[in-house]
Amino acid sequence: MWGFSSEMRVMAATSRKTTGTRAKSTSRSRGGAAKASPAIIEFDKEQELAAYRHMLLIRRFEEKAGQLYGMGLIGGFCHLYIGQEAVVVGMRMASKDGDQMITGYRDHGHMLAMDMDPKGVMAELTGRRGGYSKGKGGSMHMFSKEKQFYGGHGIVGAQVSLGTGLGFANRYRENGAVAMTFFGDGASNQGQVYESFNMAQLWKLPVIYVIENNKYGMGTSVERASATTDLSQRGASFGIPGEQVDGMDVRAVMAASEKALEHCRTGKGPYILEMITYRYRGHSMSDPAKYRSKDEVQKMRTEHDPIEQVRKRLLDNEWASEDDLKAIDKKVREIVAESAEFAQNDPEPDASELYTDILL
Amino acid sequence: MPIEILMPALSPTMEEGTLAKWVKKEGDSVTAGDVIAEIETDKATMEVEAVDEGTIGKILVAEGSENVKVNTPIAMLLGEDEDASALDSASASAPAPAPAAKEEASAPESSAGPEAAPVYAQPVAPAPDDAQDPDIPEGTAMKTSTVREALRDAMAEEMRRDGDVFLMGEEVAEYQGAYKISQGLLDEFGPKRVIDTPITEHGFTGLGVGAAMAGLRPIVEFMTFNFAMQAIDQIINSAAKTLYMSGGQMGAPIVFRGANGAAARVGAQHSQDYASWYAHVPGLKVVQPWSAADAKGLLKAAIRDPNPVVFLENEILYGQSFEIPDMDDFVLPIGKAKIERKGSDVTLVSWGIGMTYATKAADELASQGISAEVVNMRSIRPLDIDTVIASVKKTGRLVTVEEAYPMCSVSSEIGFQVQQLAFDWLDAPILRVTGKDVPMPYAANLEKLALPTVAEVIDAVKAVTYTD
Repeated sequence: MWGFSSEMRVMAATSRKTTGTRAKSTSRSRGGAAKASPAIIEFDKEQELAAYRHMLLIRRFEEKAGQLYGMGLIGGFCHLYIGQEAVVVGMRMASKDGDQMITGYRDHGHMLAMDMDPKGVMAELTGRRGGYSKGKGGSMHMFSKEKQFYGGHGIVGAQVSLGTGLGFANRYRENGAVAMTFFGDGASNQGQVYESFNMAQLWKLPVIYVIENNKYGMGTSVERASATTDLSQRGASFGIPGEQVDGMDVRAVMAASEKALEHCRTGKGPYILEMITYRYRGHSMSDPAKYRSKDEVQKMRTEHDPIEQVRKRLLDNEWASEDDLKAIDKKVREIVAESAEFAQNDPEPDASELYTDILL
Repeated sequence: MPIEILMPALSPTMEEGTLAKWVKKEGDSVTAGDVIAEIETDKATMEVEAVDEGTIGKILVAEGSENVKVNTPIAMLLGEDEDASALDSASASAPAPAPAAKEEASAPESSAGPEAAPVYAQPVAPAPDDAQDPDIPEGTAMKTSTVREALRDAMAEEMRRDGDVFLMGEEVAEYQGAYKISQGLLDEFGPKRVIDTPITEHGFTGLGVGAAMAGLRPIVEFMTFNFAMQAIDQIINSAAKTLYMSGGQMGAPIVFRGANGAAARVGAQHSQDYASWYAHVPGLKVVQPWSAADAKGLLKAAIRDPNPVVFLENEILYGQSFEIPDMDDFVLPIGKAKIERKGSDVTLVSWGIGMTYATKAADELASQGISAEVVNMRSIRPLDIDTVIASVKKTGRLVTVEEAYPMCSVSSEIGFQVQQLAFDWLDAPILRVTGKDVPMPYAANLEKLALPTVAEVIDAVKAVTYTD
């Protein structure tokens, strides 16, 4: 396991150059990546390697979670993050320790990006006592005050108001931290999102609203659910700046995140980042995803996969050999296998836990 | 005929006020819309405008008069062709009776004519406190406070004590509170800690819960709990459940407070009592104070509590005065009931504004030779059933009193627990007096019928004591 706090902070300080121009995509084809060509931070070798490792960890972890679900070891709902890995990894690479993260129910990737222990996350998925919530939360409800991860919320859109409250607390305490508040294209139509936008801009709260637009709110495409589909402009009536970002390119995510973080930290209020991304799997494990074609999914996987992009650059630049990457893959698989092992062998919570943690 | 200018009602619950100032004097001519006087209530100072044209013939209530009841004639207005002689014939006529919006909350009807100085008693604490409050040290000096002042003082004291405590809600800062609960707080604590929100209950409640998760201590004021329905998802799904969902890692130390239940003549959407809704949910504490002491001691406890607390106030009670202990730091335990009055024949259990019916009924019953023990629950969750059980074991009879709807009410729960835990001690079925099972009507007579009455409480007690 590699920790962002120890590794990424060093890299964030390394020099980089910015290329490209920011342009807003106005005509995006369904299923395609953003046509916008946002600024990209050219990564150095260490950054590429770090991004590769962390995205791969999330991917392999989620694949394993899918397997365990199929074996009946994980119950209920299980929403996998496969395909969207560049979003949280790019955000985390740009953020500082102390910045908070809060999201909805597709949350495993966010936890891993915040350096939460894969064993604790996987054991929560299997409902065991060593899970982050002692097995009482499940896939959708994990938290870590230590890692500044505030959940893990199952009511679509609720985390947007809560994340705004984290930003409120940051401003109240003048601690310089930013609340990275993630939600999906589906949640972007919820009323409380706009109530939160209004207050965040009114009070200049340090909140980045990260809209992970994976093109489908469960089985309903953005076009069928949203009167306007450029979600980055959903804050326009409140004067909140926003931009669309190629959420499949970790460099674009990091570049946009740095800009947004700077905006928040300098007291200018909230910022909206619409990450154009894609989930390869269904909405949850029980979703056959018949609302989209296999070709659409395949095209994204082969042409825009966030991990493959980094892999290719590492090889092209001769920053890593196939063997080097295999070694990384092996290490990642070990971490994931260890977490799965723990999650299967750790005992279920004691029956006495039923009545604990209701009130302090 | 000269026109009587009457003391106006400036809010749904106003019963009386102070005639602070006459802007016009006798002999002045006025046209409709002219400001003629200023009136102070416990909440605000308001200007009174003339509605008719004419000359002020006579001022009937002097500047500075306090406790002037609504609808008392305060001046006579002469028409175009009238002179002062017209006043003589008019002065004999009795003032129009005030339509009492709520019998129990009103001061006694008065027939005081224009000549009599209209001085009315403050609606002071009804219950003889013959049961010493164990939470108040013996010998503590008492002072008089309204529920409104008690709530304000509780917040101010806790905000002085802890810099993480802040108040947010609609009109809490510059307007000084829609019901003037937060009067003076903006001046003392500034806009960082006393925060006017937009009218977005869902959003600012979620924001408050998020701030609490980050470790701050928000007090979220709802103008009324009827509006909290917009935010109930955040109260239940986010505030109440997070501690459990996080395996004890992260909770939400937050207070949701505001007026709850019926005010007066405000219709169905502004008149519901939500105690049983919130009491249903594990992870919440629910408090429903009656007296000023309840309000102060319990609100201070709620603010210090590390859990989300739903604090249900009542607009009718805000202006009522009670004795409260004159202490530096008066905190009451959440989850503990108080025996307000000792008795032997029947147990009356109530809370919040229900106590006004229970205590009046107990007085009336005493005069008829029936001794009622009155238990003020103070908290709904945790519910101090032990105190109720101990009382029922003594009296063998139980009547509960509340304004909420009967179905799945707090009374239902108390009745269930008492039959389970004290079945062999009961000498009669448990009865409850509640609001009627209808949306609150607007018409004065129907509203009165929809709410409990003292007579219903007395009837219930007579039924369980098998007396006529």
